[in-house]
Amino acid sequence: MLRTILTALTLFALWLLMSGIYKPLIVWMGVGSSVIAVYVVRRMDNAADTERLAVRLRPLTTIGYWFWLLIEIAKANWAVTKLILSPKMNLNRHLFKVPYTQKTDLGQTIFANSITLTPGTISVEVEEGDFLVHAVSYSGDDMDALSDMDRRVAAIESAGA
Amino acid sequence: MMGLIVEILSWILIVSGGAFTLIGAIGTLRFPDFWSRLHAASVSESAGMILLIFGMCLQAGPTLITVKLLIIGAFIIITGPTSTHAVASAALTSGETPESDEDTRKSQEGKS
Amino acid sequence: MFLVAAIALFISMALVLVRLYAGPTLYDRVLAVNSFGTLTVLFIAVLGFLNGRPDFLDIALLYALINFVGTIAILKFFRYRALGDVSQMPDTKGRK
Repeated sequence: MLRTILTALTLFALWLLMSGIYKPLIVWMGVGSSVIAVYVVRRMDNAADTERLAVRLRPLTTIGYWFWLLIEIAKANWAVTKLILSPKMNLNRHLFKVPYTQKTDLGQTIFANSITLTPGTISVEVEEGDFLVHAVSYSGDDMDALSDMDRRVAAIESAGA
Repeated sequence: MMGLIVEILSWILIVSGGAFTLIGAIGTLRFPDFWSRLHAASVSESAGMILLIFGMCLQAGPTLITVKLLIIGAFIIITGPTSTHAVASAALTSGETPESDEDTRKSQEGKS
Repeated sequence: MFLVAAIALFISMALVLVRLYAGPTLYDRVLAVNSFGTLTVLFIAVLGFLNGRPDFLDIALLYALINFVGTIAILKFFRYRALGDVSQMPDTKGRK
């Protein structure tokens, strides 16, 4: 029940941020739409008996990880930009396996999305224990960089997960 | 003075963001096969998007517009890789296997 | 400055459309559509600033949502040849 109320309040806060018009009628419409949304979500929860996705991450480490990831994205972008603009494209395409050590689904998702977010590497398929990754200019360092990223993503999962 | 710095910074961010989207689009045309085109598309989706959004945030200042821009940015940063992965994995299951330059080079080196 | 970005985005969209037309595989086209959608979101946002009407951002946000769902829907359709509940369908992995 507490969870439902919190969801409704979060939705309403989001609505307030998006709307920007605070006349009584409009605000009541916002209240109504968030209540309807929560009702529909609850019905869907009852219909599909799937597990709830629990978000358990270390907040400070997560923020640090985002800054590190931004720098990585910048570096990778520069590498791919040089590749695109060079007159003779020296591609070294390769498909290889990267093992992951995250325990939760969320951790694995963050790792796979981080791989895809840095241009030059794309996670293609998820297998038991490792991702299939495609690189456009493969070199031996890629493996080290990805296992470094893997370690960092595993570090933002809290121990209780 | 402060306003001038913000103005110059947002100029740099927005123009370089536009340049990166252009580079990504050129890449999708120039690269030889589907698998390398994925990488080119993600250049305009990550670098171009982030730079443009931050540049516009600086222009908008601390208003609701900035919040909306950040929500759009967060949404694209989550869904962009997800749909790229979806395209890639759908291509792989349909039997579109990428050729590996690394393997061809190794086998050539082995022969010579 | 927004004019520069708008022109750059417009040219990129045109180039991506060329890729959409040229193909050659289905997945190239899906990729081009997805890329085009992201560029459109940014283009709408920039256009809003260019006209001094940042209300356009609502449209951009909506377009971002629809673009993602649309890409996934296209891929799902080409894999299963239907959009309904996958668990009730015969498993037809991949296209013929």
